[in-house]
Amino acid sequence: MVAQYGKEPIQHQFNPYSDNGGTLLGIAGEDFAILASDTRQSVDYSINTRLSHKIKVITPDLSSEDKKNKLVGTNKSILFGTNGFSADGDALTEDFEENYKFYTSNQNKKIEPGFEFLNNGNEDKESSMTMQSAARNVQHILYGKRFFPYYVHTILAGLDEEGKGCVYSFDPVGSYEREQCRVGGAGASLIMPFLDNQVNFKNQYIPGTNSTERKKLEYLTLEECLKLVKDAFTSVTERHITVGDGLEIFIINKEGVRLEYHALKKD
Amino acid sequence: MNHDPYSWGRPTDSMYGQYNSQIANAPTSLEGNMASGANQHTTSPIVTGTSVVAIKYNNGVVMAADNLASYGSLLRFQGIERLHKVGKTTMVGISGDVSDMQYLLEILDELTIEHNYDNDEYSDNVDELQPDYIFTYLANLMYHRRTKMNPLWNALIVSGVNSKTGEPFLQYVNLLGVKYSSPSIATGFGAHLAIPLLRKLADSEEEAQKLTKEQAIQGIKDSMRVLFYRDTRSSKNYSLAVIDKDSGITYDNDVNVEDMSWKFAKDIRGYGTQKV
Amino acid sequence: MFRNNYDGDTVTFSPTGRLFQVEYAMEAIKQGSITVGLRSKKHVVLVGLKRNDDKLSSYQKKIIKCGTNLGFSLSGLAPDARILANFIKQQVSYNELVYGRDINIQKLSELLAQKAQKTTQTYSGRPYGVGLLIAGKDNTGVHLYEFQPTGNVIELYGSALGARSQGGKTYLENNLESYLEEESLEELIKHGVSALKQTLKDETLTVSNLSIAYVGEDQDFTIVDGYDVEKYL
Repeated sequence: MVAQYGKEPIQHQFNPYSDNGGTLLGIAGEDFAILASDTRQSVDYSINTRLSHKIKVITPDLSSEDKKNKLVGTNKSILFGTNGFSADGDALTEDFEENYKFYTSNQNKKIEPGFEFLNNGNEDKESSMTMQSAARNVQHILYGKRFFPYYVHTILAGLDEEGKGCVYSFDPVGSYEREQCRVGGAGASLIMPFLDNQVNFKNQYIPGTNSTERKKLEYLTLEECLKLVKDAFTSVTERHITVGDGLEIFIINKEGVRLEYHALKKD
Repeated sequence: MNHDPYSWGRPTDSMYGQYNSQIANAPTSLEGNMASGANQHTTSPIVTGTSVVAIKYNNGVVMAADNLASYGSLLRFQGIERLHKVGKTTMVGISGDVSDMQYLLEILDELTIEHNYDNDEYSDNVDELQPDYIFTYLANLMYHRRTKMNPLWNALIVSGVNSKTGEPFLQYVNLLGVKYSSPSIATGFGAHLAIPLLRKLADSEEEAQKLTKEQAIQGIKDSMRVLFYRDTRSSKNYSLAVIDKDSGITYDNDVNVEDMSWKFAKDIRGYGTQKV
Repeated sequence: MFRNNYDGDTVTFSPTGRLFQVEYAMEAIKQGSITVGLRSKKHVVLVGLKRNDDKLSSYQKKIIKCGTNLGFSLSGLAPDARILANFIKQQVSYNELVYGRDINIQKLSELLAQKAQKTTQTYSGRPYGVGLLIAGKDNTGVHLYEFQPTGNVIELYGSALGARSQGGKTYLENNLESYLEEESLEELIKHGVSALKQTLKDETLTVSNLSIAYVGEDQDFTIVDGYDVEKYL
């Protein structure tokens, strides 16, 4: 048979995405929040690097006092984490930072001498962005690319306007929700049920009530949360090939943001 | 035979049916008719360069790539340099499509010229081009092109030394815009064959800071040998660049794989399963 | 009555070779309140006198920060300055995103000059009615530039813009040696405030109307306002 050219177009497709593995985890406490991720970046069966940073601390200027205390952000910081296709994650982070910069640069209100009463005698209002506003902005960025999505699971952590810990999580096209805890990325299906049980006390009942009375919700302490995070990551490192190498834990509370690093298995 | 030179080498009509000249004559956006023209995007590379490998050491970076450009399995061009100096302390190593590489080189030339223009008398001293400027620019370009679904089919390694801080620099970006840095980086086959050897030398920044230049060069030479053994699209002849904090860039475009041993091949017949 | 026939637009020269609209824009700067800028080897300082229209209103911003290590003080039409501030912020941001570096102040000032010059050759529209003193830091050190609506941008050791700025300039000229080699930022600020004082007529400096900004080789661009300026009064 004679081949016919030009009738059926031959389609070549370029795949603009890749899966770079890794896991991202956020927990909100009463007066603190945690955002943690592993530091491995991989593609297929190759480890690209053992030290990549999936979380960015977006913060107002640090004081010299903060720097002396080795803080990496103020208590107004936004912990911004992305997981999935790393190029999109980086682009999303840059997009948000750009918005943050312009948003905060236009509302650096200072109290003017003689006009104190306008601010009800409050301290100078620092230029910052609330978590609520940040989350809504991220939704707009993600949904703006609804038909060519940023292929990432995004989690923000910080303190809300009352100083309570908060975590916002997003799907690739911008659906979002404030939650007590959330895991994203490769280890999500392994860790999330564990956190449901340990943070939100799912399937925990008061002994002796014949599984009729649920265990009452209460905030976990920072120490309890850190233990959960470390346990979660060491476990998922055992069971998932794209998770490992190192663990970065960012902790935000009224003092500011602190970074903890722990080694994970490199195999 | 049709003796008209114009039809030499063309598929015969009797075999393939009449050639649909619309394919070759299809207007493209390059010809200026945007409205009806089809845009042409790269969907697969044509002439390609194989792995680039690089490792940091206590005073800089060592990087290597062979001088071969393949057309499929044909060793098409054997004198193609794939390590390029940009500014005073940066080398860019490029694998993947060679025409896209040459386009990137044009862009890097433009970048350098613009830098010299913008920064005037400071452009070659206090405000010279740094590896991180070049990398950021290239990474943005690569991601931008992938987002337009029209990628530059390459994986790049930017290595160098920041002349202000003296810090060694090594980072990777590919056609998807995925970027990362590591004490040792390799593209393509090198990621499978060279990286295990290089990570044995330095698996963390701390270990890389203890590595000497000689150790690093030896590691890269060993990697190039293993790649020549196992990568069919590699060549014996390669280029080696050392970017050192103190002595600047030393570049040799005519290094050959040494200390090879093919003794294991002595008894192999056919595909290896054949007995004598 | 005499009527000038050559000031209807910016593109028409008068027979004597003048562009009146551009000159009027320069005039608008002189209507603005005073601002002084001066530099040493390591620091640049801007000082400005803020105005308020009447007793009930707050004071007009005099200094705008445009990035971590640069900003400007202005004299003339504040709304025009805000447009330029936005432009600078965008350029700073673009350089950060695309090249991963701090913008070169010289390059930035050339971009501004280009933007301002364009208005002098465009029939519609008008020149910017504002003068700027740009203070910034980049890889090549600290810099002080003066921007004019004509499209002139010049690097200088010291300058003053606005009402009675000549007094300030004279002070800076007479004291060039002493502040150019000044190591201390505090002393440089004091020089700036002294220069500003030369230009005052019936006003006195208060915590409300004095605005100060500085940038140094190891200091980000910082604005000092309100009660923080008390010690310089």
